[in-house]
Amino acid sequence: MSKPLFAGRLAAGLLVLSAGFSPALALDVHQGALILSHPWSRPTPPSAPTGAGYLTITNHGSAPDRLIAAASPAANQVQIHQMSMAGGIMTMRPVEGGIVIAPGATVSLAPGGYHLMFIAPRRPFKLGDQIPVSLTFERSGTVKLDLTVETPPAPGDSMPGMAMPVDPKGGH
Amino acid sequence: MARRWFLAGVVAVMIALGGAAALFWPMGAGGGGGGVGGRSVGGPFSLADQDGRPVTEQTLKGKPTAIVFGFTYCPEICPTTLTNMTAWLKALGPDADRLNMVFVSVDPERDTPAQLKSYLSAFDPRIRGLTGSPEAVARIAGEYQVYYRKVPIAGGGYTMDHSSAIYLMDAKGRFVAPIAFGTPFDSALASLRRLIHP
Repeated sequence: MSKPLFAGRLAAGLLVLSAGFSPALALDVHQGALILSHPWSRPTPPSAPTGAGYLTITNHGSAPDRLIAAASPAANQVQIHQMSMAGGIMTMRPVEGGIVIAPGATVSLAPGGYHLMFIAPRRPFKLGDQIPVSLTFERSGTVKLDLTVETPPAPGDSMPGMAMPVDPKGGH
Repeated sequence: MARRWFLAGVVAVMIALGGAAALFWPMGAGGGGGGVGGRSVGGPFSLADQDGRPVTEQTLKGKPTAIVFGFTYCPEICPTTLTNMTAWLKALGPDADRLNMVFVSVDPERDTPAQLKSYLSAFDPRIRGLTGSPEAVARIAGEYQVYYRKVPIAGGGYTMDHSSAIYLMDAKGRFVAPIAFGTPFDSALASLRRLIHP
C-alpha cells in the first residue's frame, strides 16, 4: 500500500468518523458497481410467519443491474415483494423479474414499497439481531450482508412516540 | 305508469351500484357519517377471540371500539398498526380501559385463535384478536364494508389484499369515523380520545 493512498484512506476514515452519526455510511457494502447501504429489518412478533428486510441500492456503473434473488439461513425462503396502498387497500405482490437498478439510480427497499419478504423465519427477529442475507444481482453477482433489526420509522410522521419497539409486555 | 317503472328501475340500479361501491370502496380515507352507499358500517357477527372465547357485536357494546382487519402473515402494515394500537393504549392511560381495541383476521385459514394468541403476545394484552370460520369472517367483513381478497403467490402460498383503515365505532356499535393507515400518531390519538369522550 502506497503512503499517499494510505493517507487518503485515513482521511476518508476520519471523515466518516467526523461525520460521526452516519453508521449506514460506515456499513456500506460495495459489490461490483453497486453500493448497498443501511440494510435493516423490523422486529417480528412471536410466531410471525413473515418478516421484512430493507436496504438502499445505488448503481454507480454504466449498465443497468437487477436484484433477482435473495436467500437467508434465518428463514425458509426470501422473496422480493412490493407493497402498495390504493384507496386504503394494502396489496403485496412478488416482484416479477426482479428490481432493476438503472445506471446512476438509487432504489430503496423501504416500508410502503419494495421489501425482502422473509417467509417462515426460524426464530423471531429481535431488536439488535443481525439477520444474514445473500442478494443475487444479474450483473454484480451474489453479495452477503447482515440486516440489523431496528425500530421502524413511523409511517405517518416522525413522532417519537410512534417509534416503539415491539414490547413483549405490551408496554406496561 | 311507465314513468313509475322507469323510476323503480333507476332506484334498483342505484342500489346495485351502491352495493358495488360498498364492495370496492371500503372506508379507506375520509368519509364519516353513517357509511358508504347508504349502508351503515358495522353489524352483527359471531367470532372467537385469541383465547377461544366467543365474541359478538353485543360483547363490544357499552364501550366504543377501534377495529381493524388484517392477518398475521402481513409483514408490515399489521405489525405497524398493532404497534401503534399498543402505543395509543399506553398514551390513553386509564382511558384505555374505556375502549375496545379489536384486530380481526381476514385469513382464518391460517390465523387460528392459537396463532393469534402467540402473535398478539408481543402487543398490549387488551387488544382482542378475532377469527372464525371463513363464512363468519366474510360476514363481519361485509358488515364493516371491508375489502379483502386471497391472492395466490407463484411458487405456493398466498397473501391477502385488505383494507388498512381502523374504524371507530361508538358504544352502541354505530360507525363514527375511520383512521386511515399513516395518520399521524397524535391526530389518531386525538380521534380515540374524542371517541371515548364524545
